[in-house]
Amino acid sequence: MNENNKSRVGILLNGIIKENPSLVLVLGTCPTLAITTSAFNGIGMGVATLFVLVFSNLFISLLKNIIPDKVRIPAYVIVIAGLVTIVQLLVKAYVPVLDSALGIFLPLITVNCIILARAEAFASKNTVLNSVLDGVGMGIGFTLALFTISSIREIFGAGTWFGLKLLEGINGIFHTDIKTVGILTSPAGGFFIFGVIMALMSYILSKRGRSLGNGCAGCPSRESCNHVEGADPVSDTAADTVAKEAQQ
Amino acid sequence: MKEMMIILFSVILVDNFVLSKFLGICPFLGVSKNIKSAVSMSGAVIFVMVMATAITWPIYSFLLEPNKLGYLQTIIFILVIAAMVQVVEIIFKRFLPALNNALGIYLPLITTNCAVLGVTILNIDNSYTFLQSLVNSLGAGLGFMLAMVIFVGVRMRIAEARLPEAFDGLPATLVAAAIVAIAFGGFAGMVDGIFA
Repeated sequence: MNENNKSRVGILLNGIIKENPSLVLVLGTCPTLAITTSAFNGIGMGVATLFVLVFSNLFISLLKNIIPDKVRIPAYVIVIAGLVTIVQLLVKAYVPVLDSALGIFLPLITVNCIILARAEAFASKNTVLNSVLDGVGMGIGFTLALFTISSIREIFGAGTWFGLKLLEGINGIFHTDIKTVGILTSPAGGFFIFGVIMALMSYILSKRGRSLGNGCAGCPSRESCNHVEGADPVSDTAADTVAKEAQQ
Repeated sequence: MKEMMIILFSVILVDNFVLSKFLGICPFLGVSKNIKSAVSMSGAVIFVMVMATAITWPIYSFLLEPNKLGYLQTIIFILVIAAMVQVVEIIFKRFLPALNNALGIYLPLITTNCAVLGVTILNIDNSYTFLQSLVNSLGAGLGFMLAMVIFVGVRMRIAEARLPEAFDGLPATLVAAAIVAIAFGGFAGMVDGIFA
C-alpha cells in the first residue's frame, strides 16, 4: 500500500518537475509563446488547460476499453473539444476579462498537443485514478511554466506584475527611473525569452545526463512526420518512457 | 478590391500567423530544415486552410448561427477539418497521384495544426464575408509559407555556427525566430499606408 502511494505521488510530481510539459517535453509551444504577455493571462490559460487536461484524462481512461483502436484519435478529439466548449462558456460567463485576453487561444486548447499527448501516452493505458493524477500534475506543471515565463515578460517588459505598477512605485514611494524593455512583451520577445529559458533547461538537463524533448514526442501525428524529409528526427523520448514506466 | 488587398497583405506581413500570432509553431520549428519540405508543407497548409474555410464558413453562417448553436463552433469545426483532411487524402491518392506524392505525407500532420482551426475561428470572430474569409485564409497560408521559406535560410546558417552547448538546437532556433519576428515587426502600419 505504502509502495502504491509513493508511485502515485511520483505520477503527480512527474508532470510538475521531471517531465514538465512546456519546459522539458516542449509541448504546447503556441500558447506558451502567445499568451505569456502578462502573469494574469499565464495563470488563466494554465488553469483552463488544467481543467481540460484532468477531465479529458478522466473520461478517456474510463472509455479506454470501449473506444476502438482505429478511431481513437478522433474520439479523443471529440472528448477534448466538448470539454473546451464547457471551459469557453464558463470563462465567458464568469471571467469575461480573461476571455478577451486569451481570445482565440481559448478554443485552440482543443489542438493543444499536451492534452492529446497525455490522452495517447498515459490515459489510454492507465487506471482512472492515475490518469487524473497525471492530468493534475501536468496541468500544474504547465501553469507554473506559463506563470514563470509570463512573470519575466511582464516585469521586465511592462514594469508591472498582475497589473501592479512595480517601477512607478505605490503613491510615488519607491519611485525608480529604471526603463523597461518594451520588446519583451512583443512577439519577438516571446520567442527570445522562451529560447533563453530553453537554453537554461538544456544546460540543467545535460548536467543530469538528459536532454530536451523536441516537441514531437507527444504529437499524435509523429509517425507520419518520420517520413518527412528534413523534419527533426523523432526518437522514443520522455513521453514514451514515462508511459512505459507507469505501465510496469 | 482595395479592402481585399488590405486583408491579404495584413495577414501575410503584419499579422503573420507564425511570427506575430504564434499559430502553427510546431511545423515552423519542426519542418524548416530544408527548402523542399518547407515549401511542400506550406503548400499543403494553404490548401487545407482555404478548403477548411470554404466548408466551415457556410456551416457556421447558415447552420449554426440561425439555430443559435454558435457555441458548438469548436466541436463542429475540428470535426469538419479532421474529416475533410481524410477525404482530401483519399481523393489525392485515387485521382491525383502527382499531388499526393508532393503533399500527401503532410496532410495528416495538419489536422491538429492550430493554424488551420485558428484561421477558421478568426474568420468568424472578425465577421468577414465569405469572400473576405477565403482571402484571409489564403493570406494566412501564404504568410506561413513566407515565414517558413525565410526561416529555412536562417536555419541553414545556424547549422554551421559554433554555438554554446546549451543553446544548440531548439534554443538557438527560437532566438533566431525572435530576430526574424523583429524584422516582420517593421511592417506594422505599412499596409494601410500603401492602399490608402
